[in-house]
Amino acid sequence: MLFTAVSGASAHCAQQAAAPASIQPPAASESKATLVPRLGQPADDGLVARWNLSVYPDGRGLPAGQGSASEGRPIYLARCAKCHGTEGEGGSGGTLAGRGALTDPEPDQTVGNYWPYATTLFDYIRRAMPMDAPATLSNGETYAVSAYVLYLNRIVSLDERVDAASLARIRMPNRNGFIGIDAQLPSGEEPQR
Amino acid sequence: MTVPGQAFTNYGQPSPQERAVVRWISANRAVAGNGVSWTPLQDLEGTITPSGLHFERHHNGVPQIPIDQHRLLIHGLTRRTLTFSIADLARYPIRSQIQFIECGGNSNAGWHRLPQQTQAGSLHGLASCSEWAGVPLALLLDEAGLDPSASWLIAEGADAAAVEVSVPLAKARNDCLLALYQNGERIRPENGYPLRLIVPGWEGVLNIKWLRRLEVANQPVMARNETARYTELLPSGKARMFTFVMDAKSVITTPSPGQTLHGKGVYEIRGLAWSGRGRIRAVEVSTDGGTHWAEAQLQEPVLPLAFTRFRMAWEWSGAPTVLKSRAFDETGYVQPERSALIAERGRNGYFHYNAIVCWQVDEDGEVTHVYS
Repeated sequence: MLFTAVSGASAHCAQQAAAPASIQPPAASESKATLVPRLGQPADDGLVARWNLSVYPDGRGLPAGQGSASEGRPIYLARCAKCHGTEGEGGSGGTLAGRGALTDPEPDQTVGNYWPYATTLFDYIRRAMPMDAPATLSNGETYAVSAYVLYLNRIVSLDERVDAASLARIRMPNRNGFIGIDAQLPSGEEPQR
Repeated sequence: MTVPGQAFTNYGQPSPQERAVVRWISANRAVAGNGVSWTPLQDLEGTITPSGLHFERHHNGVPQIPIDQHRLLIHGLTRRTLTFSIADLARYPIRSQIQFIECGGNSNAGWHRLPQQTQAGSLHGLASCSEWAGVPLALLLDEAGLDPSASWLIAEGADAAAVEVSVPLAKARNDCLLALYQNGERIRPENGYPLRLIVPGWEGVLNIKWLRRLEVANQPVMARNETARYTELLPSGKARMFTFVMDAKSVITTPSPGQTLHGKGVYEIRGLAWSGRGRIRAVEVSTDGGTHWAEAQLQEPVLPLAFTRFRMAWEWSGAPTVLKSRAFDETGYVQPERSALIAERGRNGYFHYNAIVCWQVDEDGEVTHVYS
């Protein structure tokens, strides 16, 4: 532990008393308190709710709403196909569909054969797609387009309902296809909360 | 001079005669702000990359952010949920660090079967080095107060791609910086204005530009850019994930492709080396295709996680030959030969290519890219 954790006003005062004018770089090898102005403004839950886009593999962060591949197809064709191809075959955007073996000589890495979590698909579409008008799909449209991309990969059926609960339940084909190098992978079927 | 010179300027620009020294842009044909631009390493000296030539990797363009309205939110497994304005952050203790940033996709043409013929910077220039100044991240994490179960930090940018990544909390607390300044001035818009997360020595995508949100968590979020991308498929069909550290690399910038040696004689071989694990300990150069190696001179100061300039005098006989360099870092890591890297990783990993670079000099002094 390199730094002194500070909790509450009394600890703050104690830290100030212990650390006169000198300001130590936090990378110093011994623990040294640093005199800081503490200017953070409290934020309420509403702000966090508006800003927080994180979606976890267990579904935490997924919003209400639902969609199916049949609902997603016209949205995909209108908003996504010009870059990703009508069947997800790719173009100026990445190849989305295909279940070829990853051990092939030059395999396409797709949602179907590579992505470990279906929740990531919703998250990425919601935050970044379509690239010419990001974050303009409704939550329902995002679920529907996610469902259509999963349908193109033969992971859901055309009329299957995709929502927060069902998306988190999908076990992607390459779920166990990764090796952690500089950090451990989240463990087990259910990532820890 | 028999006539007066030009008047003052408010902000200096390079000589118009240097206008060929620019970033080489490679963008998505459908979305102009999606792609990369490469630092022209072959045209630069020293170790600091001019801010206007720092490489770019944008996922969906450069946002124009009003500095007075920007806020950083820290939330999640903290005792307090806090926001900070840029003006507030500028009051905190500032630390400056000279660090390289390298895109995980740098040098990826090296996986191709045939050596791509282009300039050194257009092969290896998704790497740049700046003096970054800002607030040590640990100060703000301590102010928010970390839950004992916290182990990861999720960072997100305010760009149109809202790029989001997960960083182990131990790294975040150790040496990460919330940078406000680059090379003495406020960060340029394309490098993250007004706030950039600096994750020293780790792959570029973690160095979130236009930083707006830090979420303390007990697991990685498994975003697209740490699962579907920035992971490296191996011949086994498994893929390397969380490949954060940029392994040691070196490249000879002079002479390099596009440059010409004008007849036999003495030249100075010059290049750059860096390692995400610490300091460069040595760089060896071969002027005979790898049969003999000699230690190059390292320009002081040699800083950890920063570009290191190496130089070596060379008398060219005028005969065709191949120039190579290999970096050794202070952990004992040695930059691998291309054949060894491919034997270990295959050719479909895309990211984290760091093999020894070979430049062939022909009898006319023309320099081309070869594989051995």
